[in-house]
Amino acid sequence: MTIALSQFDEVRLDRVSRDFGALNALRDVSLSIRRGEFIALLGPSGCGKSTTLNCIAGLLPVTGGAIWLDKSRVDTLRPEERGFGMVFQNYALFPHLNVRQNIGFGLKMRGRPKAEIDRKVDEALNLVRLRGQENKLPGQLSGGQQQRVAIARAIVIEPPLVLMDEPLSNLDAKLRLEMRAEIRRIHNELGATTIYVTHDQDEALSLADRIVVLRDGVIRQVGTPKELYEAPAHFDVADFMGFRNKLKGQVVALEGDRAVLDVEGARISGVARERVTVGSTAYAAIRSDDLVVGEAGSNGIAATVDTIEYRGREFVGTAHSAGGLDFVFRSHHPVEPGSKIHLQADDERVLVFAEPVQGRH
Amino acid sequence: MDAVAPAPAVEHGPSLRQRMAARGFDAVTLLIVPAAIFTLLLFVYPFAFGFVLSFEPKAGGDWLANYRRFFSDPFLYKTIANTLWLAIPVTLLNLLLAVPIAFRVRLMRRQRLLTTILVLPITLGTVLVAEGLLNYLGPQGWFNRTLLTFGLISQPLKLVHNYWGVFASLVITGFPFTFLLTLSYVTGIDPALEQAAATLGASAWQRFRHVYLPLLMPGFAITFCLSFVQAFSVFPSAVLLGEPAGVTRVISIAAATAAFEEYDYSMAAAIAMIMGFVQLAIVVAVLASRGLFYRGPASGAKG
Repeated sequence: MTIALSQFDEVRLDRVSRDFGALNALRDVSLSIRRGEFIALLGPSGCGKSTTLNCIAGLLPVTGGAIWLDKSRVDTLRPEERGFGMVFQNYALFPHLNVRQNIGFGLKMRGRPKAEIDRKVDEALNLVRLRGQENKLPGQLSGGQQQRVAIARAIVIEPPLVLMDEPLSNLDAKLRLEMRAEIRRIHNELGATTIYVTHDQDEALSLADRIVVLRDGVIRQVGTPKELYEAPAHFDVADFMGFRNKLKGQVVALEGDRAVLDVEGARISGVARERVTVGSTAYAAIRSDDLVVGEAGSNGIAATVDTIEYRGREFVGTAHSAGGLDFVFRSHHPVEPGSKIHLQADDERVLVFAEPVQGRH
Repeated sequence: MDAVAPAPAVEHGPSLRQRMAARGFDAVTLLIVPAAIFTLLLFVYPFAFGFVLSFEPKAGGDWLANYRRFFSDPFLYKTIANTLWLAIPVTLLNLLLAVPIAFRVRLMRRQRLLTTILVLPITLGTVLVAEGLLNYLGPQGWFNRTLLTFGLISQPLKLVHNYWGVFASLVITGFPFTFLLTLSYVTGIDPALEQAAATLGASAWQRFRHVYLPLLMPGFAITFCLSFVQAFSVFPSAVLLGEPAGVTRVISIAAATAAFEEYDYSMAAAIAMIMGFVQLAIVVAVLASRGLFYRGPASGAKG
């Protein structure tokens, strides 16, 4: 493979801010990305992840801070001078140009010789497996094929950095999984340093080397998928990482790294992920996979079953407590809706967080 | 009555109404009837009447006498060139002015205010604009007086009652229309396409040349045609601001003279037919050239 990408060591965001009038879409975002890394920016809509990407691409000027590519400052450059390959959410293929012309667009704009353009476009076509489609217009391609063209067009210019803005969100579920694997394969083949914006934690977990969770324009946590999945640092990160059971209670005891909560009279013990004090309000967060039907008196709470769904290997149910908390739990046996059960979780799998400060963090 | 009636056995296929609807004829189709009647009464009938009338010369002679007279009399056939010589440069100038302004306005937040100001000349009407220009550009007008005061000229410039007076008036009254059409085509292009081109290294000029221009050409062709047809049928400003016996004797003046001075409706009809044919020829030529360009959705989104 002669497509040579990422001729640099580090991209650094240094306290990058972006205001829209009085709204701070991004506040002091600092992040260092090493060559060859696949970084996912993850967060709910409006968290600033696309703003970050647009600031890096140069489509939005930053209002504070700086972006560095090794020793050179890039946030003052126009997008065409930065030359970062970008894959847009709606692909933004040029509708009047065929696949070959779309992919070769960046090289043509750079005034490269025709022979070189042809050779590189051929390589890119092979890489994204679009051989034989090169004379079609974008309108004649399926969504997945358009996505491949968009990726090929971004990487054929050999950018230091590939930026992807929710590239899979317009595809149906099956195609999304296929293209996810494709993006992973292309990343493995080229080693392109990639920043990938998504709101889908599965995508982030499966693709990224490191995940950056954003909320309200602030980085909440940076870590490997395993770190974020198993040890979210904040309640909102846990919420985003699939901790669907959120039990509000009072801290009644602290034992080492464990905190014991009183939730509606039940005692629930878990690992304290944030500093909590006895008597304060806190949340116990439990994944639905870790909440199972158990014996009364174990680490858990009594509940009434609402629904139960068959999911092949197991059952997934919903239930509620006497105090109105809702639960999603897993069970190996069917339980009757309406029946009283005791839901329990291993105390190592329960994470305790301080009550989040309302509004901006 | 039973709450649940037994379902009748299916004995026949879909009803006539269903079959008609499947071919695209349903009650909604009737909504085109008023428009069809309107077109028939106010366009098709007068056109057909005029067409037939043009072949019945008032002065007698064979059925082509009117057309022969038009093309043998320089005072008449030169009106075609006079009109084209006004309409084509005016339309091109309006389009050339509208494109950069539309590109700037597309990025503005207060589009509505600016659009209102630009559209104002449409609401004024040609006569008011002509009167204004007579006052402003005339020998005793502000424009000449200002230039004289500053000593830039020693004699007033002749800016009205000639070609340039009509030209200025057509630019002023034609521009808003050209601009609004152009703006709608320009804003119809997905801004992500320009962003994509920028990240791929295209400079501002390259983005215009390789992305916007090819996508806009079909729209520009339509805009040209509509603006051209408007300018081609110039009448009031050619009379009020021009030299109606000389360089701005446009084809509509020739038709009006035939109809209301010579009372030769047959000749007037023939001139109107020739006028229509010239317009049609230009419009067809321009629209046919659209085939050279991409015509399809101007967005990069999944189709």
